[in-house]
Amino acid sequence: MGREQPQQEQEGGQASMAYAVEQLVAVNPYNPDILPDLEDYVNQQFEPDRMSTQIVARILVKALMAMPAPDFSLCLFLISERVQMEEQFKTLIVLSHYLETARFRQFWDEAAKNRHILDVVPGFEQAIQAYAVHVLSLTYQKIPRSILAEAINIEGLSLEKFLEHQVANCGWILEKGQGNGQLIVLPRSEFNHPELKKSSADNVPLEHITRIFPILG
Amino acid sequence: MAAPYDYEDGPQHPAGSAAAYDPNYVPDSVKSFVSHLYRYIRDKNVYEIHQMYETSFQTLSDRHFKDTPWPSVDAVAPYVDNDHVFCLLYREMWFRHLYARLSPTLRQRIDSWDNYCSLFQVVLHGVVNMQLPNQWLWDMVDEFVYQFQSFCQYRAKMKTKTEQEIALLRQFDQAWNVYGVLNFLQALVEKSTIIQILEQDKEGLEQFTATDGYDYNGGSNVLKVLGYFSMVGLLRVHCLLGDYHTGLKCLLPIDISQPGVYTCVIGSHITTIYHYGFANLMLRRYVEAIREFNKMLLYIYKTKQYHQKSAQYEQILKKNEQMYALLAISLSLCPQLSLVEETVNSQLREKYGEKMLRMQRYDDESDALYDELFSYACPKFITPSAPSYEEPLVNYNQEAYRLQLKLFLHEVKQQQLLSGVRTFLKVYSTISLGKLATYMEVDEPTLRTILMTFKHKTHAVGSDRKVISNADIDFYIDDDMIQVVESKTAKRYGDYFLRQIVKLEGVMTDLDRVKLE
Repeated sequence: MGREQPQQEQEGGQASMAYAVEQLVAVNPYNPDILPDLEDYVNQQFEPDRMSTQIVARILVKALMAMPAPDFSLCLFLISERVQMEEQFKTLIVLSHYLETARFRQFWDEAAKNRHILDVVPGFEQAIQAYAVHVLSLTYQKIPRSILAEAINIEGLSLEKFLEHQVANCGWILEKGQGNGQLIVLPRSEFNHPELKKSSADNVPLEHITRIFPILG
Repeated sequence: MAAPYDYEDGPQHPAGSAAAYDPNYVPDSVKSFVSHLYRYIRDKNVYEIHQMYETSFQTLSDRHFKDTPWPSVDAVAPYVDNDHVFCLLYREMWFRHLYARLSPTLRQRIDSWDNYCSLFQVVLHGVVNMQLPNQWLWDMVDEFVYQFQSFCQYRAKMKTKTEQEIALLRQFDQAWNVYGVLNFLQALVEKSTIIQILEQDKEGLEQFTATDGYDYNGGSNVLKVLGYFSMVGLLRVHCLLGDYHTGLKCLLPIDISQPGVYTCVIGSHITTIYHYGFANLMLRRYVEAIREFNKMLLYIYKTKQYHQKSAQYEQILKKNEQMYALLAISLSLCPQLSLVEETVNSQLREKYGEKMLRMQRYDDESDALYDELFSYACPKFITPSAPSYEEPLVNYNQEAYRLQLKLFLHEVKQQQLLSGVRTFLKVYSTISLGKLATYMEVDEPTLRTILMTFKHKTHAVGSDRKVISNADIDFYIDDDMIQVVESKTAKRYGDYFLRQIVKLEGVMTDLDRVKLE
């Protein structure tokens, strides 16, 4: 009695689950191309037998690309420890650790050794560079060119081009530093210019002022 | 003080072992109980239903059924016109009592699942025309999720299973299946249209919150309120699975910055905030976790005296202690004491003050403390998949917990150097990278990574991809100089003056009343 589930509700439930995990690995939140992967992923989460290492690896690469969002650690919470012991997952976990602790030099060295895992997803390098720029922008007002170059792993002519692009499109400014060095002025935000932080502290909400209305009257 | 992570649920008496138990014997007090309860349900007398449910059921359980189950449903059916829905409700309570006081057999676990299926089918098909107390409806969802969790834990202990049990597990592989559980909760949310109702409620087109979910126009509150509490149920299930992001998403329709139907029932209020805070902690949104734990702990502190006689009192106290442990963890990773109210703070100092000092040190001992507090306070994680019945039977009931613990401690490790840099940034307003590197006994490139890690870890990304600052210290680097911007602890002058104005007015009114003789 009653062991069968209502059919249409079951479908509704699963559709919404797949949707939720799509969000979880939201590199392209509304890109339908990644849906089959994600549906598989949902199934694998509950049914380890059906898990395909290949697909999980690809999802993890995408999750790395979503940094600074916590997608990668969110995925690890869902993948059993036994699976995490596989060689290519171990590599990805090391890569994530370098990114989480902003050790970009080590990250790029390690990534270079593992192109076969990372190259399956187009745009990997650009995504990590974007993350590096994000962390640098939180931290620096002005950054020495060499430090930037190391973090985004671009040098020479490519770096010239990259900087040109950033100056034209993202409000970066190049400045002469001490000695021969060049400094890059990163765009102002409340994170690298804390004085821009809106002080919400002394805003008094209307409800509080209403307390003294009778007195003022 | 914190007990180790325990997996045992409730007392361990095998059900029905008491020789005296006769499932067909119905004491007069029970006859009267079921027939009255049945009548009040038919009359939609919510007040009386609530009294019988909260008080009489407990009293009778204590008096007659301390270590045996209640009479079987077949035995009581004649006193309630064999009413189908009432019998489903009775069995739901029957199993709940069994789970709380005895230890259910596998057969009973499966039967209880069947009963929930039948009960929820009836509700989903809209043939229910009752008005039930919120407390009862919450207990249904809460117990449904609890029994699911309990089943997963039970199934994962494979070593001690008999052949008979394994045969039953194989035969009834749909019982407490994770899809089934999620689908029922999801179906209740969708069929009840609760999300739309809450949206209209916000615009004043519905009276859901104002009426605490009850229907005063002769309708039924059952589907609506079950749908509402199912969102909290989904949050909890997803947390048990380690899917914190999806869990929080399920709760979104409920605005937890305001009181609502979820705050009407203390159990629901606590479950909501405990899981909400925990999920935020795991997502590194420490400020949000601290804020909500603080509010909840303050609320419990102020109101717990009113719950002393409630059956849930022990549960309330346990969750209270667990939330203090989670608050201690959150504050150790994100030292923003200004977010914590004074009463909560002094309780916290008393319970964890000394441990928190040691947790700041980030050595082996502090790792052990994070481990201890996390294990004591985390939800009872589950592995939802069925075991392999072929291989040598292994227990896997701790697997999910160990994974979450390991990943959490990994996060703590990544943050261990931040505590040192914090100490220096607090005392300098300007310092060169070279000088700070020397003080910290690291080289300059390493110091740069530590400072960037500080920024990354203290700036979470919200679901809308906006950066949320959890930082307790604001600084920036200009070439090779670190500039620390003192974040003045925001004194709330506005609020202070408003209070004083009201106070002064009060004093003046009092003075006016004084008549000098």
